[in-house]
Amino acid sequence: MPLTDAPAKARLLYEARRDRTAIPPFTDADPTLGMADGYAVQSELTKLLVADGEEIVGYKVGLTSKPMQKMIGVDSPDFGPVFASTVYRDGDSIPLSRFIQPKIEAEIVFVLGERLEGPGVSLTQAARAVAGVAASVEIVDSRFADWRIKLADTVADLASNGAVATSSRLVPLADVDPRLIGMTLTRNGHLVDTGAGAAALGDPVAVVAWLANTLGANGIAMEPGHLVMTGALHAAVPMAAGDVWRADFDRLGPVTLRVVEGTTEETK
Amino acid sequence: MSDLQGYADVLTAARRELKAVPPLTDSFPELDQATAYQVQRLQRAGAGALAGWKLGVTSRAKQKQVGIDAPVYGYLAAADALDLGEPLVVAQQIQPRAEPEIVLVMGRDLAGAHVTAADVLAATSAVAVGIEVLDSRYENYRFTIPDVVADNTSAGRYVVGTPVPVAGIDLRLVGVVLEHNGEVFGTASGAASLGHPAAAVAWMVRALAEHGEGLRAGEIVLSGGLTAAVPLAAGDVVVAGIDRIGSVELACV
Repeated sequence: MPLTDAPAKARLLYEARRDRTAIPPFTDADPTLGMADGYAVQSELTKLLVADGEEIVGYKVGLTSKPMQKMIGVDSPDFGPVFASTVYRDGDSIPLSRFIQPKIEAEIVFVLGERLEGPGVSLTQAARAVAGVAASVEIVDSRFADWRIKLADTVADLASNGAVATSSRLVPLADVDPRLIGMTLTRNGHLVDTGAGAAALGDPVAVVAWLANTLGANGIAMEPGHLVMTGALHAAVPMAAGDVWRADFDRLGPVTLRVVEGTTEETK
Repeated sequence: MSDLQGYADVLTAARRELKAVPPLTDSFPELDQATAYQVQRLQRAGAGALAGWKLGVTSRAKQKQVGIDAPVYGYLAAADALDLGEPLVVAQQIQPRAEPEIVLVMGRDLAGAHVTAADVLAATSAVAVGIEVLDSRYENYRFTIPDVVADNTSAGRYVVGTPVPVAGIDLRLVGVVLEHNGEVFGTASGAASLGHPAAAVAWMVRALAEHGEGLRAGEIVLSGGLTAAVPLAAGDVVVAGIDRIGSVELACV
């Protein structure tokens, strides 16, 4: 039954995104909704956004840390598409008005150099397909009121993706051990949190392999140039206008974002 | 003063008999930090040879939580060192917990009221990965800041890995991973200790200068726990890995 109303739920999320107005979680009305229901809605929502001209430039993987998985009550990550219109660059100003209740997460991003299609993708195959690794931040946002989400809700809502910002400095994977890349996050020059790559599934490369195999089970391949956002290295932090955020990664360099109030007309 | 010796004796006995005691402030609520450091120094006088020093409460988040704006320090008794490969005997501790640390090895003496992180780095001959085994003498790690200062900042045992030259390593950014029984327990970068481990050590040198003390060549400094501490039980293994520096493994029996 729940799967049949995926298009209607996708429409609700589509409108929540457009109007920047949070809606009650789907699991309020139907607590039995699970991961498959979430992906059915995500798939319908993606179709609506692609029909509007959005282009998939990669994926974000969420719930990659044990504390997050415990909080949501799952033992695997989730994923959602990253759209071209939500990609910012190092140094950009990012308008708060684009989001409902945004939080920032520092993440390691991989850029694929080769097509990668699961199932059966190993860690070494995933590593081989990666063109390089870069510093990034993800702005997560929830279209559900007060971030009161269960698994089906966040999966349906594009894994709570809002936007991403990446450094242009692409470092060959051969030169670094992504597990040990240290990260220091500051807001207006004050230390907020730290982390290292191993926070993402024990090894960010394992995130790429997991994603390739999970997408592959649905007949979807990852393409050269696709981004893979590998998951937060620390607890997500709410953002406010006037903030200057800097995620500094050892071996990769920094990503800096300025948060401005903005208006809905300014969105990219 | 004799009162303070009594408190020092309570903590020394707790350590020897492996029996946790209530926080000193339960019965001595006016214990302040300066007095607590006196209690710590009384224990240090009976601790035998010193290997160096350690910092505690170096995370800004933790400082905010307990309402202070500076870290605390303690001493490292040479007798409490675990050698590489030597297991931790859990039954010889009260309630051990492990933390990954960046260890500075001092190449020369360093003292003074105006020492900065740059001075600390210039006086550092090498850095190493360390695992500190905390072991509070207070029941369930329930204590105030003066309590933990009096208890030598929960110092228990410690193991120090192979020292490597510090030149070219940005201790602020190095990635830190603590694994517990093969799973990632926590991650951090060096900045988790007061923004920079050398800044944490500089703070300690300035604090020691108030008592006419300082660091000596050859001493080591555990520059502050970088992740949450993991409780240890017999059979556990913990591994601390730090990018550019190396890793250390500690088995518990």
